Amino acid sequence: MSVQTTDYVASEIRSPASFVASRVFIYGALACWGFICLFPIYWTITTSFKTAVDVTQGHLIPFVDFQPDWKGWRSLGLSPDSIFQTSTVRDEFLKRFMNSVITSVGASSLAIIIGSLAAYGLTRYRYHFAWFKNEDISFFFLSQLILPPVVLALPFLVLYREVGLLDTRIGLILLYTLMVLPIVIWIMRDQFNSIPVELEEAALVDGLSIWGAFFRIVMPIALPGMVAAFILAMVLCWNEYFFAALLTSTDAKTIPVMVASQTGSQGINWWSMAALATAAIAPLAVIGIALERYLIMGMTAGAVK
Amino acid sequence: MAIATLGLLATIVLQILYKTEVDTIGFETWRPVVYAYVLWGVAIGIGQVLTRGEDGQRALFLLPALLFTIAMVIFPTLFGFYIALTDWNLSSFSGRRFNGLDNFWQMLADPYYRNALFNMVLYVLAVLVEYVVAFGLALLLNAQIRARKFFRVVFLMPLMLSPVAVSWMIGKSLMEYRFGPAATLARHLGWEDPAFFSNPITARISIMLLDAWTFIPFMMIMLLAGLQAMSREVLEAARVDGATAWQTFWQVTFPLMLPVSVTAVILRIIFKLKLADIIITVTSGGPGGATDSVSSFIYREYRDRSNVGYGTMLAMAYLVIIVVFVTWLLKFASRFVRNVN
Repeated sequence: MSVQTTDYVASEIRSPASFVASRVFIYGALACWGFICLFPIYWTITTSFKTAVDVTQGHLIPFVDFQPDWKGWRSLGLSPDSIFQTSTVRDEFLKRFMNSVITSVGASSLAIIIGSLAAYGLTRYRYHFAWFKNEDISFFFLSQLILPPVVLALPFLVLYREVGLLDTRIGLILLYTLMVLPIVIWIMRDQFNSIPVELEEAALVDGLSIWGAFFRIVMPIALPGMVAAFILAMVLCWNEYFFAALLTSTDAKTIPVMVASQTGSQGINWWSMAALATAAIAPLAVIGIALERYLIMGMTAGAVK
Repeated sequence: MAIATLGLLATIVLQILYKTEVDTIGFETWRPVVYAYVLWGVAIGIGQVLTRGEDGQRALFLLPALLFTIAMVIFPTLFGFYIALTDWNLSSFSGRRFNGLDNFWQMLADPYYRNALFNMVLYVLAVLVEYVVAFGLALLLNAQIRARKFFRVVFLMPLMLSPVAVSWMIGKSLMEYRFGPAATLARHLGWEDPAFFSNPITARISIMLLDAWTFIPFMMIMLLAGLQAMSREVLEAARVDGATAWQTFWQVTFPLMLPVSVTAVILRIIFKLKLADIIITVTSGGPGGATDSVSSFIYREYRDRSNVGYGTMLAMAYLVIIVVFVTWLLKFASRFVRNVN
């Protein structure tokens, strides 16, 4: 193995044996953890194609150990032979799926809109609301992150019942917005801080209003940050279980609630559970692979100064 | 602006009167009050711009988020404190009854709640182990390797997956007693009876492992960003001075990484304090409440017993504990970081 760059530690260049050993160790550890990360996903996807015998005998590799079967997907009404037939399970699943999509997209959008505005205001202007200064307001927003869902869940349950928002998508959207708002403000504050103020000053001199400068100059620059915040917010909303389990019953149930309710029932059909779990994680797995850059950007905002 | 405020107040007063049956004109639900609040918010915004000009336009940036958060947090929390002092069970017909501090005394004598709090301490301590693993992974990803992007995507994967699906995928099927692969593996390794969730201690460890699997990537990504932001010259200098890799890590890398580490660990602890869904779906607190976190315990208190009053008291007590703990943690951490620098 040759040394490609001068970046390697000097001692490693001196002794090829220890260099090879360290390479083996690094790749071995990487492969090990990669296996730990991927195996459960692999297991779930393959199990959705198994029959009862394959499950109990612990067969692992398709085509070698067992013959794949559409059984799990048929029970969801999503296999090739049942896709054109009417299926109540599929309708149920699609309804839950749409609920999840609508609530997570709705909540993320709302959070991005009011969150970015607030973050922009907080980075650019000085506010005095009574005895509150900018730092206090920022702290007020970020401190919501600490608030555990249980504290809000029961009061909201009662309030939503009074207001008539129980088991509605709007109710969930409002709560999810609240949940992700601190994170959005955190990310966007970091974004706006990195944009030089001179840009807007020039725009103001050129006759744009404050809001004009925000929409025409600042927004386009901050767009990647907004995308990052949006995706992170969406992941959180999509996976949220606690509020959804308490506040929805029939109409607005989301995917995680559906998965959990199936898990609880006795005598689970492994193949259909596996198919359901695969369907529940698939959208985010795709987002994770395709938009990994933005996710990392969102997660590391403000962490490294 | 004044008109809208009057409108809001009028709606609220009218509704209170209706609910307390003083008069008969009013709405079926409280929803109009929500609409009145939204209208009031809009009117305030317009009023700001009209009366204060440019200053008002600036205030408009902050107002939506502020009004939203205040409505969604302050009001329910105050309401929660009130519910906490009542004896309110949704399944009983007697409705709510003010019972002062009874819930509080009941809470102090509740062994399950104490057990749940104790579990939270254990779960939070597990964050330190997760931190070590995450740091190791971040170092690996920061090494000179090929296919770094591939490994980063793979390592990030668990974080994307819904904890509920994960608890089925791992907790309910991989760790299944009879034919889950993890159980089979454990049997091969010499553990005769791999029952992951029937013994209180192994059950707690299994829950920690599940949670760690999901959230290690989160800390890993933050630490990796910290490693990549570190200046190469410092490491270069250490190497020139003849430091071994081990010395370089402990005397240069680790101290420089402290601020990022502290941020990552604190954020992780804050998330950990909310831990509920994995426990609810995998063990529902079992065996015998051994794995309960505070959140999952309160969740069952409501779901199984409809005990809103008592559950809220538990939640409020938890909130107070958390606020005190996190405040202390932030103080402690800031002093810690400053001393090193």
